[in-house]
Parts: sequence; structure tokens; C-alpha cells
Amino acid sequence: MSDQARKQAKARRDGALSDPIFRSGAPGASLRRNVDRIRAALRPETASIRRRAVAALLLATIGSLVFASGAFADFFTPESGGSPNADQIDSLYKIILYIAIVVFVVVEGALFYSLWRFRAKKGAVAAQIHGNTRLEISWTVGAALILVALAAVTFSKLSSIQDPPNSDPDGLELADGVLTASVDMPRPPNGRALVICVSGRQYIWRYTYGADCRRNPFGLVYSYEEMVVPAKTTVVLDIEATDVIHSWWIPKLGGKFDAVPGYKNYTWFKAPKAGETYVGQCAELCGRNHADMTARVRVVTPDEYTAWLDQQRRDIADADRQVQELRRELFSDGDLN
Amino acid sequence: MATTDFATRPVPQVLAHEVHAERTRARWIDWLTTTDHKKIGIMYIVSSFAFFLIGGIEALLMRVQLAVPNNNFLTPEHFNELFTLHGTTMIFLFVVPIMAGFANYFLPLMIGARDMAFPRLNALSLWLLLFGGIVFYASLLWQPPEAGWFSYTPLSNEMYTPSGGQDAWIFLIHITGISSLVGAVNFYATIVNMRAPGMGWGRLPLFVWTILIYALLLILALPVIAGAVTMLLTDRHFGTHFFDPTEGGSPVLWQHLFWFFGHPEVYIMILPGFGIVSEVLPVFARKPIFGYKAVAASTAVIAFLAALVWAHHMFSVPVPTVVLGFFMLSSFLIAVPTGVKIFNWIATLWRGSIVTASPLYFAAGFIAIFVIGGITGIFLAVFPVDWQLTDTYFVVAHFHYVLMGGAVFTIFCGLYYWYPKMTGRLCSEPLAKASFWVMFVGFNMTFLVQHAAGLSGMPRRVYQYPADAGLTLYNQISTVGSFVLGVGILMSVWNFVRSWKTGAVAGPDPWKGNTLEWFTQSPPPVNNFDEIPRVRSVEPMKDIRRQVERQSGIEHDQVTQPSTTA
Ligand code: HEM
Ligand SMILES: [Cu+2]
Ligand SMILES: [Cu+2]
Repeated sequence: MSDQARKQAKARRDGALSDPIFRSGAPGASLRRNVDRIRAALRPETASIRRRAVAALLLATIGSLVFASGAFADFFTPESGGSPNADQIDSLYKIILYIAIVVFVVVEGALFYSLWRFRAKKGAVAAQIHGNTRLEISWTVGAALILVALAAVTFSKLSSIQDPPNSDPDGLELADGVLTASVDMPRPPNGRALVICVSGRQYIWRYTYGADCRRNPFGLVYSYEEMVVPAKTTVVLDIEATDVIHSWWIPKLGGKFDAVPGYKNYTWFKAPKAGETYVGQCAELCGRNHADMTARVRVVTPDEYTAWLDQQRRDIADADRQVQELRRELFSDGDLN
Repeated sequence: MATTDFATRPVPQVLAHEVHAERTRARWIDWLTTTDHKKIGIMYIVSSFAFFLIGGIEALLMRVQLAVPNNNFLTPEHFNELFTLHGTTMIFLFVVPIMAGFANYFLPLMIGARDMAFPRLNALSLWLLLFGGIVFYASLLWQPPEAGWFSYTPLSNEMYTPSGGQDAWIFLIHITGISSLVGAVNFYATIVNMRAPGMGWGRLPLFVWTILIYALLLILALPVIAGAVTMLLTDRHFGTHFFDPTEGGSPVLWQHLFWFFGHPEVYIMILPGFGIVSEVLPVFARKPIFGYKAVAASTAVIAFLAALVWAHHMFSVPVPTVVLGFFMLSSFLIAVPTGVKIFNWIATLWRGSIVTASPLYFAAGFIAIFVIGGITGIFLAVFPVDWQLTDTYFVVAHFHYVLMGGAVFTIFCGLYYWYPKMTGRLCSEPLAKASFWVMFVGFNMTFLVQHAAGLSGMPRRVYQYPADAGLTLYNQISTVGSFVLGVGILMSVWNFVRSWKTGAVAGPDPWKGNTLEWFTQSPPPVNNFDEIPRVRSVEPMKDIRRQVERQSGIEHDQVTQPSTTA
């Protein structure tokens, strides 16, 4: 195959070649030239198509970025706002989202552009390219670099998601250096956190309030389904299950942590203000009523929390007493032996 | 230089001579007792497609239940049974076996062999599959399984799921597992031993490469799940406590075993589809695959890495942070060869002369959809982000983008591409394209909004959602979309059924294919080829066509086109 034939093939592909016969000084040539010029003006040159495509691509990218950071962001990002770890996850998610949008636009753009641009036309000839090692290596490395960057961002944000911070000064007053039940439980730097044990069972969540809740739950205050917590206070959850696997999840307070029988799992949150109630539900299939295993976290002021705790303690004691009395009555009546 | 268009250029008609076996038995006995890889392939494809339709009906029932908040169309029990049946069916009775069906039919043809290495084992694989599927579905008459397709313990233990449906599920895993394992050994032996003269590893069609890796992954992963479900069975009935936390067993052990199988399973489902697309794109772009070596090598790299990423399904389980980090990085790593394939496919289209026939539509639609599934996969690999996303509708959307987009669109691509070879008839192109667009729109409508539903807090596997959770609109769009998708699928089904008898006669090579299955008649005779040609490149049919052209004196620019190899 000659060089010239190759050039011709390329020229035909680009649609840039008009029959050379009309370029000569033959009669009618100037008219032909004019027609050609007009035709060329009507049919935009390939180069400018390419330029326009690139511009459109850039515009689309920027457009979607702007769009994404505005209205789009809330609808296409995780829930947040109830705790710093949820906010950090949300911001990490957004970083990935921005990179993802660029990758999406570039890849889909290249796909649709080539489908449209290179569809079979009369006289079009496919370029017989078998590959290009340098190009292939560079996109492999490019993809890898994006992922290295993502890994770096993730690890740099990790401690703000995993490690509980100190409570705010106006949070609940906690005793100094409370010894918590387990050595692997995450703790704020000053060691002071409100510990609540979360226990999943078919199909309800039970909460036990107090540092020693796992080892010695007797006599501690507990509640079902609704957890009450003080605002501005770091709350560490010690999560377990008594029957099958469940998963603790309040979207606005952070990620999911599975409650696995025989294992311990931990998470934490720190709600910024009182008066909010955050809802969630069990996220791991646990049986037929899995959909009904809901959970609520009601945030109150530290004072209200202390008051609630006292009230709940009294209520539980009252209920216990009533049960005891009932048992005694039934026993003396001979109904219960 | 003459430019003959591909469409008008005469195609060399290379025909094998048909051998007629004397017919002594009824036709149906022929089908029951056959060891012919083509008949077995067709039975595989037809029966697994039937399971696909059953799984689709189950999906639509679930979507009806979720169409409005607090719906009571289904009881929670039935909902749990439906997603368990649906997931299990789609994976074990549809995607994995239909890929085996394609491999059965086309692997021997593509490598120029007359049958599989072990034809009788091949028949055994098929009948085991059908047997497993029928027994599994027989549980409908009693009590179907309801612990989800990954049947986490302790929920799947006897104490919490006493019904025999769970045992039917275990049975299904065992039987289809043996079926796949036997099939995998057969594919492996066939590829290694029965290639046409001249077909070295560098000339193996890319679909055959992916089937080779598919077979290796099955051989790696299936024994693990077989062991795990056996342990579950003995836990349930024979007093062992492997997974029972009250007796010192570990529910997390089940998860490790399951996902050590489960993640390679994802690639088992998707790699053959990659292979189909890698065959179809060059044929319709009239251009060699871009970077054959990279595409083949990335398949092998994916298979290796697939065994190192299983715990990314377990990020919310109590495991140490180093483990989380390791599995995030390994999952990132596997994204690289997957991305490389996508770039290679697009580069294959680049500067081609793309014939927009129906197989190309499905191949391009697959890439468009799979890119989204791949990108959401990166979100899920970042474990702190996964803590928000796992077990929500975001994950449901992600894996349907990968499986429905990745596997189903490639399966339809393969069906349209090879239908003329299997039946000798062409499908209706306008109907195929209409079906594509309806499926494409319906699919995106069903699953795109599910990302948003998951991000707004909707967990997966819930049979109801409250009216005030802001989830109603998403679910309504999704339900309408699923019916659009269903209509699109039925349009193709109708196309396949109708064209069986009435389609235009296809001839041996309607698409001007590159690989040897197009060298013989459509449908191929019992012995496939009278003469097996010597293979000189990855695209033997191109060489053969060129040779015939040269001998018959038809000049064509294809022949003299420069090839720029780097
Ligand atoms: C035909 C269109 C399809 C629709 C409308 C559909 C719909 C659904 C729905 C509604 C669920 C239940 C989600 C939940 O409640 O958590 C589901 C689950 C699932 N689907 Fe599909 N699906 C389709 C196709 C497929 C295909 C082709 C596959 C696989 C190749 C597949 C694999 C799965 C799996 C593995 C599950 C999870 C089951 C489980 O949670 O145990 N689906 N699908
Ligand atoms: Cu649950
Ligand atoms: Cu995986």
C-alpha cells in the first residue's frame, strides 16, 4: 500500500478532499471552486467539529459540577447533619461524586461521540488499528492514579469518621475517666463519653444506659425503640444482638454497624442540638418483620436528659414493683406455684 | 483504488458438508439423549431464559408491592420469599447457566472443534441444572426459602428458619454447583486440548478467553460454597454448631465463606458477557479489537484479584480497620483492569465504520450502563462511605446496573448476534432496536432513582416503607420503569419466537464475523466442520475471506488497507 493511497484514504475519511480535476484551470473551474467553498462552509470541518465536541464536553462537565454542588447534592448524597461523622462521610462522598461525574462525562461522552461520529457512511473505511501500547499504559496509569488519590483522601479523613471527639463544654457532665467495659471500645481523647448499649433482637432495639452496660446491665436504665440522648455530648454505642444479625442505622447520625450475635461492634455520634428526633431502621434482613424494626434517637438538653433518666428509673422501678406485687398475689391465691 | 462497501461486497460462501444421521427415534428422544454440544447449548439457553422470565415475574410482583407506601398487596413473608427466589434464580438458574449455554454452543465452533471434550459430562451438566431448578421451585408447593440469596446465619439456621425451603435452597446450591463444576472442567479441557491447528493462546477468540477464566473461577469458588452450605446443612439437621454463636460457632465465618465464593461469582456472571462484547464490537466496527493482549490479560488479572476482595461485602461487620483498608484497596485495584476493558472497547469503536445493527446496540448499551455500575462500585469500595450505602437501595441499584446492565444486555447482545447461527434465520431488526430502546429506558427508569432512595435511607429487603419518608416518588418511578423494562424484554422474546420460522434466511455469515463459527452453515451440521482451517490470526474469517477474494480476483480495500500496529 502506497503512502499516497493512505493519504487519500485519510482525506476521504475527513471529507476534506474534493476531486483534484476541479482544481485545474479547466473551464468552469472557478464556478466549481465557489460551489466547493460554499459547500465547505455549510459542512463544518472535522477539526471544528472536534473542537466543538471538546468544548461541549467541557461545558457539560462544568455544568454538571455546578448542578451537582447545588440542588443535586442533597438528592444524590447521603443523609447527614446529626453528627460530625455523618457530615464527614457526606463530604468524603461528595469528593468521590465530583471525580465520578468527571469520569462519567468523559467516558460516556467518548462512547457516544464515537458511536455517532464513526457510524458507517458510504465510502467510510475503518482504520485497521490493533492497539497502541503507550496509550494503553497511560490510561491504565491514569485510572490507577485517580484511585490512589481517592485512597489518600479516604485515609486522611478516616480518623474524623472513626474516632469520637470530646463532648462540648456545655454537653452532659460526665465523671472523669470513666472506665468503660471494653478496651477496644473507641473513646474520645479525654476518655469521657456517654456509653449506651444497643441490643438488637427480633424485632426491636433495646438500649441500656450506662458505662457498664454490657458487663453489668442490672439496675441500669433501659428503653426500647426510642433512645434519648443529651445534645453536644459524645455518645458511644456498644452494639450487640441476641438472636440473628441486625444492623444499627440512623442515616443522619452516620453509617451502619452490624449487630452480630457473639461479636461486639461500636460506633459513636454527637448530636449538635436538642429538640431533634432522628429516625432509622434495622438494615440487615432479620426475618419477616425486618421492615418494622424501626429506631428513633431523640436529642434533648443535658438537663432534660438527667431528668428523663431519673423518671425512667422510677418508672422501671414502679413497673418492677407492680409485677412483684402481682406475682405475690397470684402466688398467695395459688395461681402460681 | 476501489472502495467496495461492506454491505455490497460479495461474501465468500464457505460451506461445510452436512452429515445426515439416520433418524431412528422420535425427535424428543433425540433431544433428551443428545450429547451434541449445540443441542445441549440450545437447551441450556432456552431453559435458563425461561428461569429469567420467572425471575422477572417475581421482580415485578415485588415492584407492585413497593409501588405505594404501606402497601399490603404482599405479606412480609411472601415478600421475603420473592426476593430470595428472585435473587437465587437470576444468579444460579439464569446468568451463570446461560453463559454456559453460549459457551456450549459456540466454544467448540469458535476454536474449530467438533464437540466438547467430554460430551456426556456435558449432558450431565445440563440435566443436573434442570433437576436442581425444578426441585428448588417445587418448594413453592410447600414453603419457599426466605433468608435472601446469601442466607446469612443465624437467620438461616433451623431455629429461625425451620422450613424445608431453606434446605431446598441448599440443595439447589449443591446441584447447580456440581453442574457448573462439571461444565467448567469440560470447558477447560476443551479449550486446552481441542483448538484448531495454528490457534495459539495469542489467537484465541476473546470470548473463549473469558470462558477459560470463567471455568477457572468456578473451579476456585464452587468448592468453597459447597463446603459452606454443607456446614449449614449439618448445623440445621445434624447437631453441628459451625455458625451457631450460642455454642461457640461464628456467624461471621459464614459470611467469609459465602463471599469468598460470592465475589468471584460476580465475575463468573460478568466475564463471559465481556467476552461477547469483545467479539461483537470488532465485527460491527469493522475494525480489530483495540489491544487484544490487554483485553485478554485484564480478564486474567480480574480473575486473580476477584479472589482478594470478598470482604468488601462485610464492611459493616465488626472487623479491624486494617482489614477494611486492605479490602478497600484490593477493590480499587480490581477497578483498574475493568476500566481498561471499557477504554479498549471505546477505542475499538474509535475510527471504525460502525454498522448499527441490533447486536451493536446491545453492546453499546451495555457499556453505557456498566460504566455507571462500575462508578457506583467505587463509592461502595470506600468503606466509610459504604457504611452509609451498604444494605440500602443504593446497593440494589448498583448490582442491577452491573448484573442487569452487565450481564443481561450482553446476553441479549449475544442472543441477537448468534441467533442467525443457531437458527439459520435473522431476527427482525426494527423490532430488535425498538426492544433495545424500551429496555434501555425502562432499565434506567427502574434503577437510577433507586440510588436516591437508598441515599434517603431506604434499606433493601423491606416490604413496606412509610408514607412520610420521601420515598414514594422514587418507588413509583421505579415500578413504572420495571414494567417498561418488562415490555422491552417481551418484545425481544416475541422477536425470537417469531423469527424462528419466519425470519429471513441468514446464510452462513450474515454479519461478516471474525471467528470460526461463521465458517460453517447456519445452523451448523452435526460434525460442525468438514475441514478445519489453519488459523493464522485472531480473526481467521477475515483471513479466509481475503484469501477467497484474492483467488477469485475481487479486489477490495480491506485487502490492501494499511494496518498500523504499535
Ligand atoms: C428484570 C428486571 C429486574 C427487576 C425489576 C428487579 C427487581 C428487583 C427487586 C425489586 C429486588 C428486591 C430488592 C429488595 O427488596 O431488596 C431485587 C433483588 C435482587 N435482584 Fe433483581 N431485578 C431484575 C433483574 C435482576 C437480574 C437480571 C439479576 C441478576 C442477574 C437480579 C439480581 C438480584 C439479586 C441478587 C437481588 C437480591 C436478592 C436478595 O436480596 O437476596 N435482578 N431485584
Ligand atoms: Cu432487620
Ligand atoms: Cu464483591
